[in-house]
Amino acid sequence: MASLIACPHCGPRPKEEFTVRGDAGITRPAPDAGEDAWHAYVYLRDNPRGRHKEHWHHTSGCRRWLVVERDTMTHTIHAVSDASAEGATA
Amino acid sequence: MRYSAFSVFLNALRGNKGWAPAWRSPVPKNHYDVVIIGGGGHGLATAYYLAKEFGVTNVAVLEKGYIGSGNVGRNTTIIRSNYLLLGNNPFYELSMKLWEGLEQDFNFNAMVSQRGVLNLYHSDAQRDAYTRRGNAMRLHGVDADLLDRHAVRQMLPFLDFDNARFPIQGALMQKRGGTVRHDAVAWGYARGADMRGVDIIQNCEVTGIRRENGRVTGVETSQGFIGCGKLALAAAGNSTVVADMVDLKLPIESHVLQAFVSEGLKPFIDNVVTFGAGHFYVSQSDKGGLVFGGDIDGYNSYAQRGNLATVEHVAEAGVAMIPALSRVRVLRSWGGVMDMSMDGSPIIDRTHIDNLYLNAGWCYGGFKATPASGFCYAHLIARNEPHETGRAFRLDRFARGRMIDEKGVGSQPNLH
Amino acid sequence: MTSYRLSRGGRIDRAKPLDFTFDGKPMQGFAGDTLASALLANGRQLVGRSFKYHRPRGILTAGAAEPNALVTIGEGGRTEANTRATLVELYSGLTAKSQNRWPSVDFDLGAINSLLSPFLGAGFYYKTFMWPAAFWEKVYEPIIRKAAGLGRATYEPDPDSYEKCWAHCDLLVIGAGPAGLAAALTAGRAGARVILADEGFEPGGSLLSETAPVSGKSASDLLAQTLAELADMPNVRIFSRTTVFGWYDGNVFGAVESVQKNTATIDPNRPVERIWRIAAKQAILASGAEERPLVFGGNDIPGVMMAGAMRSYLNRQAIAPGKSTVIFTNDASGYAAAADLEAAGLDVAAIVDSRPDAARTWSGKARILPGAVVVDAKGGRSLKGVTVLNNGRTETIAADALGMAGGWSPIIHLACHRGAKPVWSDAKAAFLAPQAQEGLTVVGAAASIGSIEACLADGAGKAASTLLALGFSKASAAFAEKADTTIVSKPLWRVHGSKGKAFVDYQNDVHLKDLGLAVSEGYGHVELAKRYTTNGMATDQGKLSNINAIGILAEARKVSPADVGTTTFRPFYTPLSFGALTGASKGKHFQPVRKSPLHDWARKNGAVFVETGLWYRSSWFPKAGETTWRESVDREVLNVRKNAGICDVSTLGKIEIFGRDAAEFLNRVYCNAFLKLPIGKARYGLMLREDGMIYDDGTTSRLGETHFFMTTTTAYAAGVMNHLEFCAQALWPDLDVQFASSTDQWAQIAVAGPKSRTILQTLVDEDISDAAFPFLSAKEVSLCGGMLTGRLFRISFSGELAYELAVPAGYGEAIADAIMDAGKPHGICPYGVEALGVMRIEKGHVTHSEINGTVIPSDLGFAKMVSTTKPDFIGKAMLSREGLMAEDRLSLVGVKPLDPATTFKTGSHILSEGAVPSLENDHGYVSSSCYSPNLGSTIGLALVKHGPKRHGEHVTVWNDLKNEYTKAVLCSPVFFDPENGKLHG
Repeated sequence: MASLIACPHCGPRPKEEFTVRGDAGITRPAPDAGEDAWHAYVYLRDNPRGRHKEHWHHTSGCRRWLVVERDTMTHTIHAVSDASAEGATA
Repeated sequence: MRYSAFSVFLNALRGNKGWAPAWRSPVPKNHYDVVIIGGGGHGLATAYYLAKEFGVTNVAVLEKGYIGSGNVGRNTTIIRSNYLLLGNNPFYELSMKLWEGLEQDFNFNAMVSQRGVLNLYHSDAQRDAYTRRGNAMRLHGVDADLLDRHAVRQMLPFLDFDNARFPIQGALMQKRGGTVRHDAVAWGYARGADMRGVDIIQNCEVTGIRRENGRVTGVETSQGFIGCGKLALAAAGNSTVVADMVDLKLPIESHVLQAFVSEGLKPFIDNVVTFGAGHFYVSQSDKGGLVFGGDIDGYNSYAQRGNLATVEHVAEAGVAMIPALSRVRVLRSWGGVMDMSMDGSPIIDRTHIDNLYLNAGWCYGGFKATPASGFCYAHLIARNEPHETGRAFRLDRFARGRMIDEKGVGSQPNLH
Repeated sequence: MTSYRLSRGGRIDRAKPLDFTFDGKPMQGFAGDTLASALLANGRQLVGRSFKYHRPRGILTAGAAEPNALVTIGEGGRTEANTRATLVELYSGLTAKSQNRWPSVDFDLGAINSLLSPFLGAGFYYKTFMWPAAFWEKVYEPIIRKAAGLGRATYEPDPDSYEKCWAHCDLLVIGAGPAGLAAALTAGRAGARVILADEGFEPGGSLLSETAPVSGKSASDLLAQTLAELADMPNVRIFSRTTVFGWYDGNVFGAVESVQKNTATIDPNRPVERIWRIAAKQAILASGAEERPLVFGGNDIPGVMMAGAMRSYLNRQAIAPGKSTVIFTNDASGYAAAADLEAAGLDVAAIVDSRPDAARTWSGKARILPGAVVVDAKGGRSLKGVTVLNNGRTETIAADALGMAGGWSPIIHLACHRGAKPVWSDAKAAFLAPQAQEGLTVVGAAASIGSIEACLADGAGKAASTLLALGFSKASAAFAEKADTTIVSKPLWRVHGSKGKAFVDYQNDVHLKDLGLAVSEGYGHVELAKRYTTNGMATDQGKLSNINAIGILAEARKVSPADVGTTTFRPFYTPLSFGALTGASKGKHFQPVRKSPLHDWARKNGAVFVETGLWYRSSWFPKAGETTWRESVDREVLNVRKNAGICDVSTLGKIEIFGRDAAEFLNRVYCNAFLKLPIGKARYGLMLREDGMIYDDGTTSRLGETHFFMTTTTAYAAGVMNHLEFCAQALWPDLDVQFASSTDQWAQIAVAGPKSRTILQTLVDEDISDAAFPFLSAKEVSLCGGMLTGRLFRISFSGELAYELAVPAGYGEAIADAIMDAGKPHGICPYGVEALGVMRIEKGHVTHSEINGTVIPSDLGFAKMVSTTKPDFIGKAMLSREGLMAEDRLSLVGVKPLDPATTFKTGSHILSEGAVPSLENDHGYVSSSCYSPNLGSTIGLALVKHGPKRHGEHVTVWNDLKNEYTKAVLCSPVFFDPENGKLHG
């Protein structure tokens, strides 16, 4: 894992300030989307070997949830954005 | 060749020139009844029990590296069956019983050492949780003892009982828990399987799974196509990568767990001890190194390496539990890739393809499960019916709302 | 004869003698000695015993790769086992002891293992000790464990302190040998922020022991000038005695600095070791190269040493390795050692050079034996001579020292920490660092460059290009380009025809035949061979042994070393103490302490505190004469129910929620309705996870149209805050809602009991009569005649008429005192979390003992709280799964013993009366229990199959761990005041 995460609000900060939650590539389904969609959202994961978008919280900083695109083999961070701007999960 | 003190003696007299390879290096056949992907502990154990218990010997184990190069060769070697929930408790106890007879069964000394596992508790709430767990174990006939502070002190006087933050109140102990020489488990199963006709094929990476009419017909590998009647996945941290080949999305994330060994020391700690106020567990190997670990690093990873902050956390917890560790030096750290499931419990099941089987989701508890996992998986593959003891480990349990969640943290794998 | 100190020469300071002891024997060395050089100076070659065969072993190297000279240094809590004598800077008062021997290092009974060695080959233990089954743990294993291990660790706590810090730089240079110094000088001149780290106590690397001129100067002058220039640069920091132990992702390097490891008088105000986490934009790896031992019979006899180490000891510490030395070489560097020995007036008996046709420039006295090999070294506890095979003829040469020069392996450990594999080079006959890795450039001998001049040029040149890429436009190499003309010889992996044991891994006693056995048994893969033979698993991690093992395996498998490959390099480069890794996070600083704003108030009222996560909470308040905690708790409970009590609830999580959509937001994160909560009202809320399980509970009050105040449980305060932020930012960014944690800003006090209103009314300016301030009211109030504003909530966990009053944290103690004063005439008492627990169990209120992450609302009797009308809330979709609707889910009931004189404990299981104990018959468990002074009996809450339908059923409360089997009856979980008369009183 990279030692620094470039928070879009605070600049590069040590990763110890952040908390990881998990896959940011999943979208919360509509309430009536049905069992399969909800099961997939809550339980199934792409778990890629390579680039992976995930939610990190800048817990000891600005307290914004971020979407970090990171490589799960090299741990290189390719992009960081604010989760609210991502829109994909709404 | 049967191993014994006598065979060691005889061979020594002949200059140790008479030893045969522990397993063959066969050229893969065109077709096997069963192909197992993954030559780790679980894959090799499955092959062994398929051959030995179910008479299925036309079996190949495909390993992309060398056998035992995955988690069976990079764990903290602990065995125990101190589980709470109905789905887990009998399964891990079956595993413990198999460990207890393993060496005589497969004629290889894996140094199964039942030196006792103690889980320390530091609060009333932890004591209550251990009381519940210990009684669940006793209900299944598993040994469990709830020790008070005094009893723990008798056994482990060098722990910091009056830890300035979280004094030790006592421990849940399983005397039958302990450690096993991990590499030897892979080797013993490999040798036992090979002896019964199983082909163990190293340096053979599976690159694709061929399907016809909704059934698996074989696998594309770095050594060519290998046909099979049944295909069994046992790829641990790489389960997702293999399952992707048949468009099977799994309730699994891959995470890295670090482990550590210290320099060799004269006998220092006899038991396996886990700290209840931080993430730390330790035992001492027969070679003298303290083998220890902590929590997973917390983010998805396929890289067998971890980060320094976790190393520091583990050391801090270690010194909090045993202050004298301070001057002990840590020799080496390494990382294993864990197939973390969504409820912290494993999956041994059929899949949407009727000759494809899945064994995955072992989180960081896979080593101790090796014998039972192999046994139950072999049963499932041979009979197409789950073994009674592994019946709860279904792939559809999440959809059905039948999670087996020992920690109660839900579908966030990095919390399990 | 053995090693001794020459009367002059070296870099030691003979004016500063240092006294130390080895195995209790007083010895003397000088400043500038390592422990190893000082032992050699005192004629002490034999310093340890090997792991398995207890062979006598001497000092082999002069650095980190040392496999033999491991000693225990220090006393008491400062005891350090397995310390490499070669890395210890000598100090006055040092005590060192040999290890793994009994009774002494000179006479060790364990050496009998050597006679049994045919039976103790690689992996013998996997093949035996299996019968009878019980014997492994009872007989065999204890013997093996006792024999294994090296030094003995202390059980005493460490009296010293450690610290950790961060450092940032443009360029980290690892290793202060020629290449590293040249790189640092180049970078320093360019104005970059440089850290130069070196493991030794004196920077210089090979310059310290070089006698030949370098770029027209003496090596020591060049070194002195370079160091002087670096010392004058404010942008360059030199960390000596600092080992870089790991390369981590993000170009962070871990390093450990020995701060007070060179003194017997420790300053308690400074650490003994310090960990540096160095975040470097770029790094230069100038870690040098390791000389390869040669594998021949008896290559472990004390007196056999690496030729480079011999040279280092000779030139740095003026140590003569013996009277007469044989050099066994495969490489030009053997000749450099021979030349230095002769220059010091020492006898070199022969140079045995395995290369038959190598070009040699040798003008010394020693005779050269080209194409010859040492097949066996002779001697027991010290070297007596060598047997040389010279063109088919055997010759014995008397010698008391033997220098081995088997060629050089670049030290590329750190370059391989991030997963990339080393690459074999036939031309260099070595494994080189993985190609082109971002952030790290390998220079000098670590890049397989041979001559010092070429190393200087390489370090300077690569540093210059690295700095240019970083934007230091005026960077230019501090040393001119210089081609490396070193000729690399074909490696000699092993000598054929040895009679004695030829060791590959010294410390673990792995010899040639073990590797052969591994190959013939199918463990020929380099990783399997390592695991089977233990080659490379000793405390030196194969620094000397791995390369020869690879060569030997390659020969046995008839492939190139490239096909064998290396085992994985992993942190740490050299072993690292727990203490250093722990830093200051020990003792009471292991975890931070959180104290309530009422902590001092509770303390002055006599509270006994309990650790609750990071918090200290008051558990009970003993009064004079009370001898057990139960006495105090019973009194507190009875008094609250009869009069009134005051309890600190400040540790509950508190979150201010603002925004136009705050109500809509809460409606989505709670399973019950919040949209229409009136201003001035509090409501109990259940928060679910997306999988339908209850996550946390608490009350949330509406203080204004767009302002809510949420309380959470103590344990989940941080988690709930993160969760709310996630929902607001990631799930519903369109909602206008904001959060601020105010847990630490409010002191919150529960005042409970029939007299609580009367007491509080004396402080609260507004009317708080039942009519004006009914149950679940929540309002800002004026206190003490307008002196202070607080928040008052009429909520109750105890089931009594009760309030929670929140005031700014700094006023907490004053308000608590005021409440105590006002309550004195009414019999108020402080109560702690134990009494609170008793009262909540009496009322059937749940906590995280019940909300354990596997329960859904209906399990706890909250089915009606789950909204059926809201279109969406977190957890709604998954609640309808079959397993969550199942009839037999564990559900909340009360349980009490049939005979009030009997009791049970939390964690006991529930069995039907008369049922055989088994998991199948397990019907649930007691989740909470206590003694209820109001009921005069133990009572409990339990989660039981079909629980609510079984009220009145007799069961066994089964606690086999304590042999306690209590006959009990299941009942309603509400034991006390089921009509809630007191609550509304």
